Amino acid sequence: MADTLFLILSVLTVATALLVVVNKNAVNAAMFLLLSLVGLAGLFVLLDAPLLAFVLILVYAGAVVALFLFIIMLLDTTPGSFKPFKPLTITAAVLGAALLGLGVWTLVHRAELPLAPKSLPVATMKQYAEMLFTTYLLPVQVVGFLLLIAMLGVIVLSKKHVVREDAR
Amino acid sequence: MMPLLAAAPVYGLPSYLFVSALLFAIGFFGVLLRKNTLVIYMCLELMLLASTLALVAFSRFNGTLDGNVFVFFVLTIAAAEVAVGLAIIVALFRQRHTVSVEELNQLKH
Repeated sequence: MADTLFLILSVLTVATALLVVVNKNAVNAAMFLLLSLVGLAGLFVLLDAPLLAFVLILVYAGAVVALFLFIIMLLDTTPGSFKPFKPLTITAAVLGAALLGLGVWTLVHRAELPLAPKSLPVATMKQYAEMLFTTYLLPVQVVGFLLLIAMLGVIVLSKKHVVREDAR
Repeated sequence: MMPLLAAAPVYGLPSYLFVSALLFAIGFFGVLLRKNTLVIYMCLELMLLASTLALVAFSRFNGTLDGNVFVFFVLTIAAAEVAVGLAIIVALFRQRHTVSVEELNQLKH
């Protein structure tokens, strides 16, 4: 059961991620990103992290993809003419693919990974909260500050700068 | 609630890591090959999601919760990054009226 689900969800995730990259239309790419997120959330549920799947859908589908779509509509860009890739780009792509292949090969053949999952009950929200507010209290505070700084940065960036005459 | 994952699944940790690596590779090549800044941003998101999948898989197969908690932080950073990045793209579009990375080469000249 879980194995069949894993196959279906991973194929969905990877195929739609591929469609995000090859799609010419930015709106369609955002929609396929949404589908890919649904597949990934399914994989999270399969890994016994339903709370994370919920948060992923909430944050990504609810905020990030909606923001993407909003900006795409706002900017209204037309797909430009296609220019051929530079030799440097092609070299980087080939090198990256080779490195990734080597990494996956090493992972499959050399690494000693635990094959069977440790048996433990599904983590509840209480357990997450306990960890977040004891062990990871400082990171939580730092992330809070980061969000504040990001918010201030966005406000400054999106303000229209009007140069007043007497200020010159 | 019983765990969904069987005691000895056919597709174990290496399979999850393989899917994660594939997702990361797709995002990486998207960043390299696409010209639209917005689509490049989506591909960056794909790379971040791939890393979260690896974190959750490692955490599940090692019987800890730390990886899952770390995913919370990754999601927060990703949300902040998207907000700031899209604001920068909008500011750029106001100035230059394009989002193509090939035409945004003012720093080069």
